Amino acid sequence: MIFNAAHLLGIEHLHPTEITTLLDLADRYADDNRRGIAHKDVLAGLTQINMFFENSTRTQSSFEIAGKRLGADVMNMSMATSSVKKGETLIDTALTLNAMHPDLLVVRHGSSGAVDLLAQKVNCAVLNAGDGRHEHPTQALLDALTIRRAKGRLHRLSIAICGDIAHSRVARSNILLLGKMENRVRLIAPPTLMPSGVKEFGVEVFDDMREGLKDVDVVMMLRLQKERMDGGFIPSEREYFHRYGLDAEKLSYAKDDAIVMHPGPMNRGVEIDGTIADDINRSVIQTQVEMGVAVRMAAMDLLARNLRAKRAQKAESAV
Amino acid sequence: MNDILFQNARLIDPVAQTDAPGAILVKDGKITAVLSEADAKGQTAAQVIDCGGLCLAPGIVDIGVKIGEPGERHKESYRSAGRAAAAGGVTTIVTSPDTAQAIDTPETLEFVARRAAQDARVNVLHMAALTKGRDGREMTEIGFLLDAGAVAFTDGSRVVTDTKVLSRAFTYARSLNALIVGHVQEPGLSKGAAVTSGKFASLRGLPGVSPMAERMGLDRDISLLEMTGARYHVDQITTARALPALERAKRNGLDITAGVSVHHLTLNEFDVADYRTFFKLTPPLRSEDDRMAIIDAVDSGLIDIICSMHTPQDEESKRLPFEEAASGAVGLETLLPAALRLYHSGQLTLPKLFRALSLNPARRMGLPCGRLMDGAPADLVLFDPDAPFLLDRSKLRSKSKNTPFDGARLQGTVAGTWVAGRRVDQE
Repeated sequence: MIFNAAHLLGIEHLHPTEITTLLDLADRYADDNRRGIAHKDVLAGLTQINMFFENSTRTQSSFEIAGKRLGADVMNMSMATSSVKKGETLIDTALTLNAMHPDLLVVRHGSSGAVDLLAQKVNCAVLNAGDGRHEHPTQALLDALTIRRAKGRLHRLSIAICGDIAHSRVARSNILLLGKMENRVRLIAPPTLMPSGVKEFGVEVFDDMREGLKDVDVVMMLRLQKERMDGGFIPSEREYFHRYGLDAEKLSYAKDDAIVMHPGPMNRGVEIDGTIADDINRSVIQTQVEMGVAVRMAAMDLLARNLRAKRAQKAESAV
Repeated sequence: MNDILFQNARLIDPVAQTDAPGAILVKDGKITAVLSEADAKGQTAAQVIDCGGLCLAPGIVDIGVKIGEPGERHKESYRSAGRAAAAGGVTTIVTSPDTAQAIDTPETLEFVARRAAQDARVNVLHMAALTKGRDGREMTEIGFLLDAGAVAFTDGSRVVTDTKVLSRAFTYARSLNALIVGHVQEPGLSKGAAVTSGKFASLRGLPGVSPMAERMGLDRDISLLEMTGARYHVDQITTARALPALERAKRNGLDITAGVSVHHLTLNEFDVADYRTFFKLTPPLRSEDDRMAIIDAVDSGLIDIICSMHTPQDEESKRLPFEEAASGAVGLETLLPAALRLYHSGQLTLPKLFRALSLNPARRMGLPCGRLMDGAPADLVLFDPDAPFLLDRSKLRSKSKNTPFDGARLQGTVAGTWVAGRRVDQE
């Protein structure tokens, strides 16, 4: 079992073996969660702080449940109403928190790289719960676990990521993770929502849904991030749905057993047709939410082990 | 009797484009003779300096230096900038007017000129704002400002978006033969950008600007030059795609010159790495292909001037997430050793480097310095081009320490800086 990271800041710095280690552990937690087997001892005595500078319901509650199932003392800080509004800088906030000696810090921030910056200033394990348009590693890991459980493997699959790729940290983390695990990744988006230089990531790029979805095993839809757009990326939502929204007709180009994923929250009728999202034979969207808790449990478990080992080492060298 | 004899020197002459042993005689702050080694024998002076074979070159003329007076003296004062310049072999600073309160009236200009004369130990000249408050709506009193000593007019890194305002400013400046320094960037396309678009921007999830925005800005300003016949200098050309337009404009006889910052010649977009804000610059760092093309353009003379674009920023404005962090880097003290990277990589000779560092900026600003010849001011830098060192930012003389070269291995140390025959680099 190999997992060396001190923080989970992004997929970029993870080794494929570390990804497999984490997914294996998450797999077991997922089974135990279904059976109602608790593991309150794993993070017992540790303090987990969720710092969300951007509002989030699903990710924050997922981290909270994951921490509580493992016995951590979980605290939520809603940064939207805190001293940040009074002009405190991110680093001062980090130092203040650090003085309270948390063990696990879960951070979401609207600026790319903000979580990296924060991790440099604290003595605990930091988990990136999404930073700007940069990365959202636990989302990519839960997607990977969902795919692995549905398809029986996480390599040599053809996976299409569709929609607002330019504004999506989920897409970046998924491109990196799926590439590391040796899958064929296809990106499908209107050219205005495709990041520049993306071909150099080792992906295939399409601006036509039917062409891009041909014979894929997995269809990953992305939310149209209206709040990150400063206008004019697409002519209208209805034209976007017509050309890029996932409906039964477009989905018919994928393999017959292709699964449909979405990181949520969904804009029904914008990027995905409601009947597809609700089709229990194709949609694994609810499984993704379930796997989210398991993956976050595994991530915090592994980081806590490394943290405890590091502290033990420090205590030893102090003696 | 002469005042100083610099003997046993390796003279870097940017006019003759030579790099040869020789000696220099100085009297009353001016160079009185440039001699070969043989002719130097038998010459006497009150002070004889044995250069020990080190390089002696005309002192650097750095255009576009930002100093925090008035308004942000905690970032940089004339005293600290002067010390940094002297330590870096820069003998003339041409300041930028983009201070907290823009230098846009003769009164403000007189204030900063007085502050500079009191505190700075190197020559300081000033550029004034092109539009009032640098907000691109109304031109400044170009005539009065010229009388008060402004050497050029610029709104710094702000682009005058209203083309009509700019065309009037160009036309008016033309009648006074005033030099305008522009920053070329299509303002709409570059809005909100923190880095150059491409693989790196996408990987880091940072908003990027296409390198094409620079060419678009240049194309507009060249069109205005054709209309008005103004004298114009582009502060920085950093992309390959802008070069053909610049080349054409020069060939067509327009009065245009161009510069580039030493950072764009020695660093590329990947140096930002894990959101290192000391590498956040305006314009942003470019691709390696662009960097190579710009070095070639300096070599050929298409790009005339290398400058530091010295922009002091305090720690607070840099210790922020990348998008929110302030832009710019200090460079007065590192300009020479950074530029010498291009000499050590075999891409530029020393005479060509000093053509871009000293001669061309002096010529463009109408100054007699920047040359090793009889009658020129004795503004000189003596340096060892090979001496290696590790840069420690805490040792910089600037009040702000925001250098991208912290911890970098550099070669080239200044052994002495003279302004008008007076040594200025000793504390």
